[in-house]
Amino acid sequence: MNAASTEFRRRVRMALADDQLKQAMNRAKGGFVLKRQKAIAEFPEFHQMRDAARDIKDHVLTNLDLYLEIYEKKVLENGGEVHWARTAEEASSIVEDLCSKSGARKITKGKSMVSEEINLNEKLEKSGIQVIETDLGEYIVQLASEKPSHIIAPAVHKTRDQISKLFYQHHKPLGYANCVSERKDIVQQARSVLRNHFVESDIGITGANFLIAETGSSVIVTNEGNGDLTSTLPRMQIVVAGIEKVIPSLEDLSVFLRVLARSATGQEMSAYTSLYSGPRADNTYEEGPEQYHVVLVDNGRSSMLGSEYQSMLRCIRCGACLNHCTVYNAIGGHAYGSIYPGPMGSVLTPLIGGYENNVDLPNACTLNGLCKTSCPVHIPLPDLLRQHRTQQQRRKLSPFTGRLIFMIWVYLVRRPHFYQIVLALPIWLLNRLGRQRGVIKWIPLAGGWTSSRDFPCPSARTFQREWRNQMRQFND
Amino acid sequence: MEAILGNISSNTEAVASFENVTIGFFVTCIVDLLRPSVGFAAIHLLKTAGFKVEVPASQACCGQPAYNSGNESSAISIARQVIFAFENFDYVVVPSGSCAGMVREHYPRLFSSDVLWLDRARNLASKTYELNEFLVDVARIDSIQHSINKTCTYHDSCSGLNELGIHKQPRELLSKLEGLELREMEEADECCGFGGLFCVKYPEISTRIVDRKVNNALSTGADMLLGGDLGCLMNIAGYLRRMGSSMKVFHVAEILAGMVDNPSIGEKDDHV
Repeated sequence: MNAASTEFRRRVRMALADDQLKQAMNRAKGGFVLKRQKAIAEFPEFHQMRDAARDIKDHVLTNLDLYLEIYEKKVLENGGEVHWARTAEEASSIVEDLCSKSGARKITKGKSMVSEEINLNEKLEKSGIQVIETDLGEYIVQLASEKPSHIIAPAVHKTRDQISKLFYQHHKPLGYANCVSERKDIVQQARSVLRNHFVESDIGITGANFLIAETGSSVIVTNEGNGDLTSTLPRMQIVVAGIEKVIPSLEDLSVFLRVLARSATGQEMSAYTSLYSGPRADNTYEEGPEQYHVVLVDNGRSSMLGSEYQSMLRCIRCGACLNHCTVYNAIGGHAYGSIYPGPMGSVLTPLIGGYENNVDLPNACTLNGLCKTSCPVHIPLPDLLRQHRTQQQRRKLSPFTGRLIFMIWVYLVRRPHFYQIVLALPIWLLNRLGRQRGVIKWIPLAGGWTSSRDFPCPSARTFQREWRNQMRQFND
Repeated sequence: MEAILGNISSNTEAVASFENVTIGFFVTCIVDLLRPSVGFAAIHLLKTAGFKVEVPASQACCGQPAYNSGNESSAISIARQVIFAFENFDYVVVPSGSCAGMVREHYPRLFSSDVLWLDRARNLASKTYELNEFLVDVARIDSIQHSINKTCTYHDSCSGLNELGIHKQPRELLSKLEGLELREMEEADECCGFGGLFCVKYPEISTRIVDRKVNNALSTGADMLLGGDLGCLMNIAGYLRRMGSSMKVFHVAEILAGMVDNPSIGEKDDHV
């Protein structure tokens, strides 16, 4: 077992032993899944919209260079600037450079998974810049010095009680003497603390749910309004987005808006849907940023184009596959060891972070298919995970003993008559071992099963053998 | 064995028309090796519905373990063997949504770049059915003549549900059993944590998932849990036995065939 695998298993065990996590995940799961179901039931065109959303994404991905160029041209026309980043390192350096050159001391951030992907906060903080996450969930994980555990609900792994204590610890020095525990009081206190940061912020950084080629706009879809305060109050706005975020037109946006919130939170629309198209126009307005920058991040995406993983680039980061994933709900997001957890993360992470470091992600999945059926853009996630397993086989990343047992098994399956002869004895032995109790408590090499489960005792003879016997008697 | 089996009937016209229809019965490796009674129950149901049933000897596994672990070439060679053994039957019936799903959804994919075999794979896929869906959608069973005074809950196995859309068929069949009450559990359509090799590769996660499943099942207070996939049922029964629960676990075919008094999965057989 390689080091990454040992680490994964350690994180899983920690997660499974964490009762607070179990409590938080149980609460969140039902909410997301049921709300989505209800929202879809009330919108009969949902499935047509899904198809349309998939088709638009597929069209864009086949013409990605074209749409990115149109988008860039529009942003320039609107008075903004576009920066192209090949890698995570390049992307964070571009942002850091923009911030340092403008003399920024404090930066507010809207929720952005790509900024997590490129480790932006660490980079900026190293340069002595104060970074404040302003999405409530992101703010909570930032206070806790953690990473998001869900792509749309970063602090889903925390209970209200934990958040309450965290706020008390961090806000008391700011003059908030009371420990708040009601939901509305927690939100109110976060608002109050963040309000000052918004006003003092030099630069606002957001992600983008979509980039619109037709208008050069970046779109963010939020529920808290923090994204708007982040974008509009500071003198510089920086949008960080993956290159796959571009869509052709506003018309197309209307399709995605109809599937995104329903899939994500079960809302018809999120509370805020904001479009930003550049800096404030000269002398006309007194509001809005003076400078507008877009950093377009590749970081492995362009190599997925034209590969068997291209459909993964359709992902609109709604989180439905996480919410429906049995494994994600059992272990939470942190156990995956990637900022993209769950089914979409298990496909994406090895592509961005390498196969060797992420051996377990494609395997720690029961292939139950719920992610595929819940995906608003029809990404065949189980098939892509299986594709990763094929890659791992080709690279011989699985343990040798496992491969050897497997080869013997295939050899036998390919010879059904021999298979029956060879397996008759072990089946008979298992039957002898278990028939007194009906179950077997321990089987060599199957400790994974028998550590927590009994193994139901098999019959003494296989079906095939019994069937042939009966046929013979019948014919006699 | 025949004596304990209940009788089922399709409408008589249908039975007449099935006389010359031959089903190739795909036992599946797990039923073959671990619980032959599921195979006998399924064959009894198919025969009573008026079909001829054959069990090709040259079958073992559908190749899903190979396919799901990324061994595409092994999966392809096993799939060829299955296609060869079964392609000439009128129908192929499988007492497992998972294995039926493999043949129907994934065999054509395995041969997507092999024109000759692709046709044969598609042909096999088009006549392969999971047992419950076959009994309802093709055989159109309209009555099952025996009664069971028990309560049960039903676990929808993932492949059958999400790949083949099997949900109403087993419920429809069970509703025909007089005296049997179905109590739906919470999250009946959620994975049980079996996942083939998943349960031995990641036993801790699997255990957490099956724990949730079993607690949902026990909350119904039902006497027994039924399902259509032996893999899931072995997992659930194994966990129930370890926790000392008396809830019985059966493959739905066994109950439909009237084998309710046989030892359930993981239950001691008093006759030995």
